[in-house]
Amino acid sequence: MFEGILITIATAATPLLIASVGELVVERSGVLNLGVEGMMVMGAVTGFGVALATGSPWLGVLAAIIVGALFSLLFGFLTLTLVTNQVATGLALTLLGLGLSGMLGESFVGMPGVKMDYIYIPVLTDLPFVGKLVFGQDPLFYVSLLLTAGVAYFLFRTRAGLTLRSIGDNHASAHALGIKVIAIRYLAVMFGGACAGLAGAYLSLVYTPQWIENMTAGRGWIALALVVFASWRPWRVLAGAYLFGAVSIGQLHAQALGIGVPSQLLSSLPYLATVVVLVLISRNRRLTMVNTPASLGRPFVPDR
Amino acid sequence: MRIELVKRPERSQLFAAFSPFIALGLTLIAGAIMFTVLGKNPVEALYYYFIDPLREVWSLHELAVKAAPLILIAVGLSICFLSNNWNIGAEGQFIMGAIAGSILPVMFPEFQSWIVLPLMLLMGIAGGALYGAIPAYLKVRFNTNEILTSLMLVYVAQLFLDWMVRGPWRNPEGMNFPETRTFSPSAVLPEIWSASGRANWGFVFAIVTAVALWFMLSRTLRGFEVQVLGQSPRAGKFAGFSQSRMVFFAFLVAGGLAGLAGISEVSGAIGQLRPTISPGYGFAAIIVAFLGRLNPLGIIAAGLVLALSYLGGEAAQISIGVSDKVVRAFQGMLLFFVLACDTLILYRIRFVGSSAAKTVEATQNV
Repeated sequence: MFEGILITIATAATPLLIASVGELVVERSGVLNLGVEGMMVMGAVTGFGVALATGSPWLGVLAAIIVGALFSLLFGFLTLTLVTNQVATGLALTLLGLGLSGMLGESFVGMPGVKMDYIYIPVLTDLPFVGKLVFGQDPLFYVSLLLTAGVAYFLFRTRAGLTLRSIGDNHASAHALGIKVIAIRYLAVMFGGACAGLAGAYLSLVYTPQWIENMTAGRGWIALALVVFASWRPWRVLAGAYLFGAVSIGQLHAQALGIGVPSQLLSSLPYLATVVVLVLISRNRRLTMVNTPASLGRPFVPDR
Repeated sequence: MRIELVKRPERSQLFAAFSPFIALGLTLIAGAIMFTVLGKNPVEALYYYFIDPLREVWSLHELAVKAAPLILIAVGLSICFLSNNWNIGAEGQFIMGAIAGSILPVMFPEFQSWIVLPLMLLMGIAGGALYGAIPAYLKVRFNTNEILTSLMLVYVAQLFLDWMVRGPWRNPEGMNFPETRTFSPSAVLPEIWSASGRANWGFVFAIVTAVALWFMLSRTLRGFEVQVLGQSPRAGKFAGFSQSRMVFFAFLVAGGLAGLAGISEVSGAIGQLRPTISPGYGFAAIIVAFLGRLNPLGIIAAGLVLALSYLGGEAAQISIGVSDKVVRAFQGMLLFFVLACDTLILYRIRFVGSSAAKTVEATQNV
């Protein structure tokens, strides 16, 4: 029972974690992409459709990653090349993604999807108490942990990561040092898009293997909030994602137990929790000031 | 080939006026391509989207019904966006305005008087404004990001409405349908000219509000304050303008207008509360605000364009079997093109060929 709950929490947390870690890299490079929800929902519809057509969830995942990255290029072209307002363009990406995915996915509504299998390693998965938790989850769960570790290592232990962070903190100085600010930001944005696409595919291939319009239900926005909550640190994103996973699974269990509180009010808990957590983090101005990438959201036109 | 931006010496008046039209044109071209891919005749499809709904009087009334909430919300949002307050929770403020405004007709249906309607509208405005005040307060007091909080509150409002109409406010004589009792005649916003169609006074509110806010923005000190604090908070500070008060002002105005739109929609167009009372007006209004270049008069025109796309979506679904989902993709594309075209106001675009780029780099490396 307890192990089961932990596994469902991991399932709820994994898509948030993947999308947040991707967005964290984008924001560390100084770009604020509010289009996570849109890229995620595009990943969800692509992953579902391709898995349905080919019968292979892995091809679905791959397609979702590619579509997520390509979709984020739209945002990249506008904000990086045409220097449009990042907030407005991110919103546009979300609105376009929700609209396009609804259109593309219309024929998928109500169809049974392809579900990705859980890992099974003989003996290890059968271990009592921890077997399923450690050795028996879906493959993308392990990917999400590796991704977090990889991003943490890249950002704080490699020279390329240092370069990326320097762009996020002062793009003018980085440019003066000869760093290709725009090119690196393009790569960061595409990485964020790929992660959001993967997170979307997780929803439509693992979490609930079906297509429902707007099935991301604000998770892209919660992922954005998690980046702030984590004050732009990868391992804190992991903690935040599991906290939110616990809240959303907790309210589902409360609904199932019928504790007398209307289900809609319980369903609004994850969103309210996001607001509360944001308040708690933001009120500590010193913490946010130190960690926020100083160039975040600011336009950059190289002087040639 | 590479694209470079060259800053113009000053804003281009030409592109400031024409960029929305260029964006509309590009959206139509992209739409035509999309319909061709979907296997429809693009000319016919665009005809049903943008011309057919304008051919009959009743349909023009429907246009006004759809445009009213879009314009009301978008002019409020323009104050927010101009002053650099990113309120994207208008959908939630719309819903909360609708709920607050519906208290009288749902809970006191026997209270019928001429005063009911004005009270409903005021309560709607108050409901939306109070809901909008939450992200404003959190931003001012705790430095919380208003984008995320205002958006989270949309989901909360939607769930709250769902609970109200299925739970405490469900119509006792409604055969268990998830909806409130229908409003009594004294709680219904009258139609402007009922002989010819459904357009109600909400449209008049929208036009009057847009003109009033245009006047405020362009002719009063408060309007100047909005623009200064948006473009240069530091300069605004030196002028003695208060950033915190502006945050509240922007959110209260936008929330109040979204609330007015909400109660007008429920009282005028629907006549009761249901689990879903908006086809995403609060989000489409963001597009309206930018298409109207954050100018309330431009927003009137932009609101009519977006309203037309909603009507066209319905018409095209009936006549040529294109899904009504296409509309939202259309609207998303439109915002993209609008933002891209606005670049032309401040910059000239220069295409640099790869050989030219190489020479530039070579000289730089010396």
